[in-house]
Amino acid sequence: MLLIKSGRVLDPASNIDAPLDILLDGERISKAGANLSAQGAEIFDAKGMIVAPGFIDLHCHLREPGQEMSETIETGTRSAARGGFTAVCCMPNTQPVNDSASVTRGIVERAAAAASVRVWPIGAASVGSKGEALAEIAAMKDAGIVAVSDDGKPIATARLMRQVMDYCNSLGLPVIDHCEDPSLFAGGVMREGPQSIRLGLKGIPAQSESICVGRDVEIAALTGARLHIAHMSTRGSLEYVRWAKKQGLRVTCEVTPHHFTLIDEDVRYDTRYKMNPPLASREDRDALIAGLADGSVDAIATDHAPHHPASKDVEFDRAPFGVTGFETALALGLAELVNPGKLSLMSLVELFTTGPARVLGIKRKIAPGEPADLTIFSTEREWTFRADESPSKSRNTPFDGRAFRGAPMATIVAGRIAFRQQM
Amino acid sequence: MRVVEKRQLLSAEEIGRTLRRLAHEIIEESSGAKDLALIGIRRRGVTLADRLVKAIRGFSNADVPMGILDIALYRDDLSTIGTQPSLQGTEIDFPVDNRDLVVVDDVLYTGRTIRAAMNGLFDLGRPRRVRLCVLIDRGHRELPVEATFIGRAVQTSDTEIVEVRLQETDGEERVVLVDRVP
Amino acid sequence: MQHLSHLLGIEDLTHEQISFILDQAKPFQEFQRYPLKKLATLRGKTVAVAFFEASTRTRISFTTAAARLGADTMALQAESSSLKKGESLIDTVRTLEAMRPDGIVIRHSSSGAPEFVAKRLEIPVLNAGDGTHEHPTQALLDALTIRDRKGRIEDWNVTILGDILHSRVARSNIYLLSKFGAKITLCGPAMWVPRELEDLAPNLRRTTRTEEALEGADVVLVLRVQTERIHEPALAAEEYILGYQLTAKRLRLARPDALVLHPGPMIRGLEIDSAVADGPQSGVLEQVTNGLAVRMALLYHLIGSAPVDAPHPAKDRSNASD
Repeated sequence: MLLIKSGRVLDPASNIDAPLDILLDGERISKAGANLSAQGAEIFDAKGMIVAPGFIDLHCHLREPGQEMSETIETGTRSAARGGFTAVCCMPNTQPVNDSASVTRGIVERAAAAASVRVWPIGAASVGSKGEALAEIAAMKDAGIVAVSDDGKPIATARLMRQVMDYCNSLGLPVIDHCEDPSLFAGGVMREGPQSIRLGLKGIPAQSESICVGRDVEIAALTGARLHIAHMSTRGSLEYVRWAKKQGLRVTCEVTPHHFTLIDEDVRYDTRYKMNPPLASREDRDALIAGLADGSVDAIATDHAPHHPASKDVEFDRAPFGVTGFETALALGLAELVNPGKLSLMSLVELFTTGPARVLGIKRKIAPGEPADLTIFSTEREWTFRADESPSKSRNTPFDGRAFRGAPMATIVAGRIAFRQQM
Repeated sequence: MRVVEKRQLLSAEEIGRTLRRLAHEIIEESSGAKDLALIGIRRRGVTLADRLVKAIRGFSNADVPMGILDIALYRDDLSTIGTQPSLQGTEIDFPVDNRDLVVVDDVLYTGRTIRAAMNGLFDLGRPRRVRLCVLIDRGHRELPVEATFIGRAVQTSDTEIVEVRLQETDGEERVVLVDRVP
Repeated sequence: MQHLSHLLGIEDLTHEQISFILDQAKPFQEFQRYPLKKLATLRGKTVAVAFFEASTRTRISFTTAAARLGADTMALQAESSSLKKGESLIDTVRTLEAMRPDGIVIRHSSSGAPEFVAKRLEIPVLNAGDGTHEHPTQALLDALTIRDRKGRIEDWNVTILGDILHSRVARSNIYLLSKFGAKITLCGPAMWVPRELEDLAPNLRRTTRTEEALEGADVVLVLRVQTERIHEPALAAEEYILGYQLTAKRLRLARPDALVLHPGPMIRGLEIDSAVADGPQSGVLEQVTNGLAVRMALLYHLIGSAPVDAPHPAKDRSNASD
């Protein structure tokens, strides 16, 4: 038994913001109340800390199977735990692609043996994510996938998207799309704009994303399926999502911490600033923050995309896209959204908990009988993020060396302390 | 490290007399100024060469051509002095072939500047003869270089520096011996 | 002079630094007329000439500049298909480190490659053209040509004609000439003259109409038509000629003493007609000579300077105070 004492509990699902103790028994929450005590329980002193339901990351890349030099389920989840995440959804663009029950089972078994946090796989929409034939989605669902995506690429055609949506709708699975128009993307490496012109780097217009979001939203209207827009980065895309929600469509979206923090002007030739979708214009970034504040954006997701150091140590044009992000997500949320007064702390917690849960069709709350997943964090702790201290195998982050105020203090998964900050 | 003046070597009047004497020597030893040309080494050599040309014109009516040589590209001490010296350009607008050249500089010391000057001149052509005219010869040669026309020879030590100050370049007219003391 | 350790681009150079480089190029212009074009100034130094993109003219210009200064060159020429997998710039950097050149001249198809190399090596790096980012020596030799032909660099009406979007020559020239007060007009087919170009410098205007762009121009810089850019639909040659070729007739709209420049190589009959290329207003031949002078001046100053930790002689044997 684990007793979390003296923390300030923020539970968006029940709208609670109060000093409460929480008793965990085995893998479930046993009780929540004031001044609890329990014989023989291990005590965790959460004085001065916030106690929230366990954070969920809807979007990450664990690189196992096939790309273990960049990350493994073990190293990635240790990094996730340090970031306060109790569950992560890993994308299928592994080697081989997770397009079959056997690959899904492999991931689930590996996670059971070696992961620090819950691993919920996302299955491919098409075989090999090639955009041709439908993958064995029902079989993968039995094996444990929670959603479907061809992430890394968009779901290739409107026709395929319709088939995927119809099929997933019948199976109760959300479809997650990485929205991009390949002909406009065309070899680009950063957001098209004054900075791409200055740097002489091939630009990708913002419309490459929004055109595809528009397409997907129309097909969601056609099929009534659940659509989730991955790593949304432009105001054009946000407008489509707002329209869809107004129509009552089951469309949701996520934004990454690097997209609400950095902009295209921050890019020079440092490959730690190269990711897809690329860093957006100032206007788009500000629109995303407004969307996070007014509830149009449902979740913050990291798109943690590790690449082993040698692969990123090349000319900007040739570097792979992606940045890591588990360990800086909460701190950036506090620094860029809560502290400047754009969002309340409770709203930030929603974006990490009930928002993602809603996308997946599950519950996330602090109540007796619920899973004993908690994220305990401080809004005051001062620290500096150093990439080489991370358990991740990769160092590709633009936030190396950045000072923060606010950090995860403990991550509890199924009643077990998966991460505890050294004091 | 401070610089202190030890003694004056030439006053303004002495500079003037010395240059007039050098001008006469050059003409006397040059079989009447045929093919003669003076080459001043930047910067003070140029001023001195200019004055010699004027003096020569004054007493002989001969118009001796004058060129300017920038030795920066020919120095041998470049790899040890840090930043490259700025180039100011060589301006010799007459052919050098078969000329009787007199190179003019303010001070002759190790001889390396003159070695560089000769390299520069030979890149431009093949002079018939090259001789050297200096205001001060301070000894301490490191190369087999000699001056034919010498204003004054002085004994100096390694730490001393001979400073030639001319109106056109320095705003005053005297030659002094200075020393560097810790 | 403000000490330069690399020449990566014009954008970060000051007015003084640019003027200094052009002044220092003058003695080297003279030098090209000497009977004996060989100095010992950089004797014992080795310059690595690493061209990862096909180029004959610029490579020969740099190699000749180095040789005339007395330096040795090491030529690194990768295959012109830079889409080759595996061969990374970092491997080339490591190879270079082992061979210890005194400086490197690099041309590469990736914007930012010279900066990448400069961050990792302790030797001076000269950018001979990186992707669509900058080609600083081209802009410097263009400026020198303008100064010689028109008496000064300042305050001219400059028209740049062609595929501006993909031109590093255009960018470097825009940076340099605008630091000297130029009023610049960018002209080309609409998809190659996007609005964002206006943010590169003050006093820039854009047009897609060649006649309008040439009116009153003092300097016309004609860009070559890039046929090697991938992911781009090409414009048919006849379309380009119709709208954008610099013909004698179009040139008459400019000032009568307007100077015509072209970075080369020219495709006669495409972006420029032969009469103009060979005519009295054309400065293309001087551009070549000036390229050599500018590159010699840059190598003299960047490679000739001692490395930061060079030992100094115990005694100062120089009497020279200037």
